[in-house]
Amino acid sequence: MTFADWLSEPVNWVYLAIGAAVVASAFRVVTSQNVVHAALYLVGTLAGTAALFLMMSAEFVAWTLVLVYIGAVIVLFLFGIMITRAPLNVEPGLDNPKARPLAAVVSLGLFVLLAYTSLQAFGSDQLTDVGTPTDTVVLAESLIGRFVLPFEIVGFVLLAALVGGITIARRDLTPLEEEERGAV
Amino acid sequence: MLVNQFLVIAALLFAMGTYGLLVRRNTVMILLSVELMLNAVNINLIAFEAYLRTSEAIGQVFSLFVITIAAAEVGIGLAIVLMIFRNRQSANVDEYNLMKF
Repeated sequence: MTFADWLSEPVNWVYLAIGAAVVASAFRVVTSQNVVHAALYLVGTLAGTAALFLMMSAEFVAWTLVLVYIGAVIVLFLFGIMITRAPLNVEPGLDNPKARPLAAVVSLGLFVLLAYTSLQAFGSDQLTDVGTPTDTVVLAESLIGRFVLPFEIVGFVLLAALVGGITIARRDLTPLEEEERGAV
Repeated sequence: MLVNQFLVIAALLFAMGTYGLLVRRNTVMILLSVELMLNAVNINLIAFEAYLRTSEAIGQVFSLFVITIAAAEVGIGLAIVLMIFRNRQSANVDEYNLMKF
C-alpha cells in the first residue's frame, strides 16, 4: 500500500489533522516553560486522543476520557500547580538543561524502536468495520461479567487512593492547636 | 485506516512522555509527562481492540482500568508533592536529596 493510496481515503485526512494537533500539543506539554500552559496543552492532547478513540469506534471510552481527564484530572493538576505555588509565569528552572541531550537520545531511540517494530509486525493491516461503534451494553456486560473481580479491585484501589490522598496531604495539627480544638 | 497509523502516534506520544519525564525538574511537570505516557498506552489498547474486535471489548475494558488507575495515581502523586513542598518549600526533584548517599 503506497502513501498515495492511503491518502486517497478521506478518513485519513481527518486522522492527519487530529494527529498533527495531538502531537503538536504533546510537544508543547513537554517543552513549555510555563506550568499552566503545559497543563492546558495536555487538554489539547487528551481531546485529540478522545477524537482518535471516536475514529476507532470506542465511543464510551472517548467520553470517559473527556469526563475523567479533561473534567477532573486537569483540574487536579491546576490545583496542584496553584497550591505548590510554582511560578505561574515563565520559569527558566523548569527543565534540567544538562539532561536534555541524553533525554532526546533516549526518547528518540524509544520512538524508533516502537515504531519500527509495529511497522514490521503489522505492515499494512487494515482496521475492519470501524464504522460501527462498540455497544455500551457489550462493555457493561464485560465489566460486570468476566472482569468483575478486577473491576471491584480497581474500585477499591480508587477508594484507598482517595483516603490515602487525604491522609497524606492533610496538615497535622500542632499539640497546641489540638488542645484548642478539643481534639482527642 | 491502518493499525499502524495509531500505533505510530502512540509511540510518538510515549517517546515525548519519556523525554518530559527525563528532562523536567518540577514534580508536577513530571506527573504531566506520566499522564502523556499512560495516554499513549490507552491509544494502543483501543487500536488493538479496533483491530481484533474481541466479542467482549477487552481492550476497551482495560483502557478504562488504565484511566481509573491514572486518576488514582495523580491524586496520590499530587498529595505527596504537596506534602514534600510543605516540608521543603520546593517542588524540584533534584532538591529532594535527603535519601541520597
